[in-house]
Amino acid sequence: MERQRVSGTPVIWREGVEAAFCPGCHDGTIGRLMLEAVDEMGIRDNTVCISGVTCAGFLSLGMEMDSVICVAHGRAPDVATGLKRALFYRPVVFTIQGDGDTIAIGAGSLINAAMRAENITVCMVNNTVYGTTGGQMAPTSLPGQITTTTPTGRERLNGLPALVPEMLATLDGVAYAARGAVNTPANYQKTKKFFKQALTRQMEGAGMTFVEFLSACPPNWKLNPLESLKRIEEEMIPAYPIGEFKT
Amino acid sequence: MNLERVGEKAGARKTILHESKLTRGASQDYDYGKHSDTTPNPKDGHMPQRMLAQGNAAIGWGAVAAGCRHFFGYPITPQNEITEWFAKELPQREGIFLQGQCETGSINMVLGAAATGVRVMTSTSSPGWALMQETISHMVNAELPCVISLVQRGGPGQGTTQHAQMDYLSATRGGGNGGYKNVVLTPATVQENHDFIQLAFHIADKYLNPVVLLTDGLLGQLMEPLELKTFDFGTLAPKDWAVVGMGAHGDKRRHAVACNTGLIFMERHPSYLDFVEALDGKFRDMESEVRYESYHTEDASLVLVAYGYCARVSQEAVDWAREEGLAVGLLRPMTVWPFPSQPLAEAADRGASFLVVEDSLGQMVDDVRLSTYGKTPVHLLNMLSRHMKTASGMILPETVFQRIKDIMDQEENRGTAAG
Repeated sequence: MERQRVSGTPVIWREGVEAAFCPGCHDGTIGRLMLEAVDEMGIRDNTVCISGVTCAGFLSLGMEMDSVICVAHGRAPDVATGLKRALFYRPVVFTIQGDGDTIAIGAGSLINAAMRAENITVCMVNNTVYGTTGGQMAPTSLPGQITTTTPTGRERLNGLPALVPEMLATLDGVAYAARGAVNTPANYQKTKKFFKQALTRQMEGAGMTFVEFLSACPPNWKLNPLESLKRIEEEMIPAYPIGEFKT
Repeated sequence: MNLERVGEKAGARKTILHESKLTRGASQDYDYGKHSDTTPNPKDGHMPQRMLAQGNAAIGWGAVAAGCRHFFGYPITPQNEITEWFAKELPQREGIFLQGQCETGSINMVLGAAATGVRVMTSTSSPGWALMQETISHMVNAELPCVISLVQRGGPGQGTTQHAQMDYLSATRGGGNGGYKNVVLTPATVQENHDFIQLAFHIADKYLNPVVLLTDGLLGQLMEPLELKTFDFGTLAPKDWAVVGMGAHGDKRRHAVACNTGLIFMERHPSYLDFVEALDGKFRDMESEVRYESYHTEDASLVLVAYGYCARVSQEAVDWAREEGLAVGLLRPMTVWPFPSQPLAEAADRGASFLVVEDSLGQMVDDVRLSTYGKTPVHLLNMLSRHMKTASGMILPETVFQRIKDIMDQEENRGTAAG
């Protein structure tokens, strides 16, 4: 029977390290999901995590697995490429990146890793805002969304939301693309399956795999944790549908 | 070749090749390694020990002799032969070659490979060098070694695709953010390209820091005899920090390298200032890697200072000057960071003045001024003295020789007037 943990701290967590996320942030939950998946698949000893410049990147501080922590902004897919190839494609490699890291500053690295069918898993945490720097507009900010750099709301000329897994699904080098959320237990379990499937397809050598995680950023959204859950359900999921776009 | 004998041949209009013998530190002779066997060619089991090679290809031969089997790069003139060399040769040696999507991508692939503990390099020219700065700075933070061959071309911007020495300052001053240091080696011959890159890998692994091999388009395109040899610089500490997956190292603790040391808590450095202090100590240790070559400087009243192709041009001019009885010498930095300040300071104390010959508007001249504290005049012969006003113009020995004579005449006149 497949191992599945349903409570307690993930096994792959470094003793004494705190996940220092804001109240109501989903990044800690996403980290938990990733670590449970790696643990349940029994691949921790052959897995390397590479984090980018993003709040969620700080998860890698606590992960009890070999890691490259907080590489240059946007470049995690390149670092993952060099690391994976230098080890002759042996380890499972996944990145943890924010939305700005993945599809703003790191768009070139992402698309080119996809075009090379690089056998890595890119994880993008989408909270529709730049959380680490204090609430500026992200490439994923929704139309009309007020941020510190769109004080009157995001307009068309500020850009339209980027649907990344849908876009990546059109590229031949991408083997798997999905989007999930962790706002409900059901979505948590569904998204964990997506992440496991992405790692599995990577281990099969199928090509680049990609999972987007919807997350909440209550301080920068100026909402409390409960209101943030509501925003994910009512505003984000309609704009960023949950599901697999390429399998 | 004995350097004194070269001096006796002054006036012979041919380019002089140095027997590679690097001076390390102020005075001690330092044979930078005993060489053992040549690099094996897996295809036929052997290869010629001597060949006629292009400067750019010599970098490839030297890198594989140093055990480098990983190369990530992006095409840019005038270094394309390096990238192409690795594309052809590494797969035959069970190595990894990958053309990145840009220089930013390539240097980050280098970072990823370096994190696994392998010897890895990239190569670029000036505009690509500019793009790599962010990640070189990150590698210094993460204390990851790598070698970057920088084949300089004219700037600013796209500038030209031909030779120049206009990236001296960005190479020697830590071109990225944060005021870091990296050793910069400056070969002047095809043979030295091959030899110095082996030294570069050793220094990079010794200090866990990027090392730059600074050449130029002229040295890259030039063809000269090359003798393949493998240098043994001694044993280094094992890379017991390599990120390879916990099962592969089996020491039951995770291996992590962080590019934001200082921002995050790391066991080795309790605070940001502890980290900066540790880096400072390392940079000071790296200063012991200074190497240079002195040529007729002992009694020189005018000391030329030049690196790369300008050093070869200057040496020829020194030979002609010596033939005319002028007390002129050449100090050739083989590392421009750390810079050989001590021999220059000593020459200034003796009363020698200086002529810096460099194919830029004047960058290394600042280091010479800093080394000599304004005690004696420091003259500059820069790229505006090229023989043609085009991208392919060069600083020629004739121009340097004329400038030597002008300076010597001036100083003699001043001496007479004062007397």
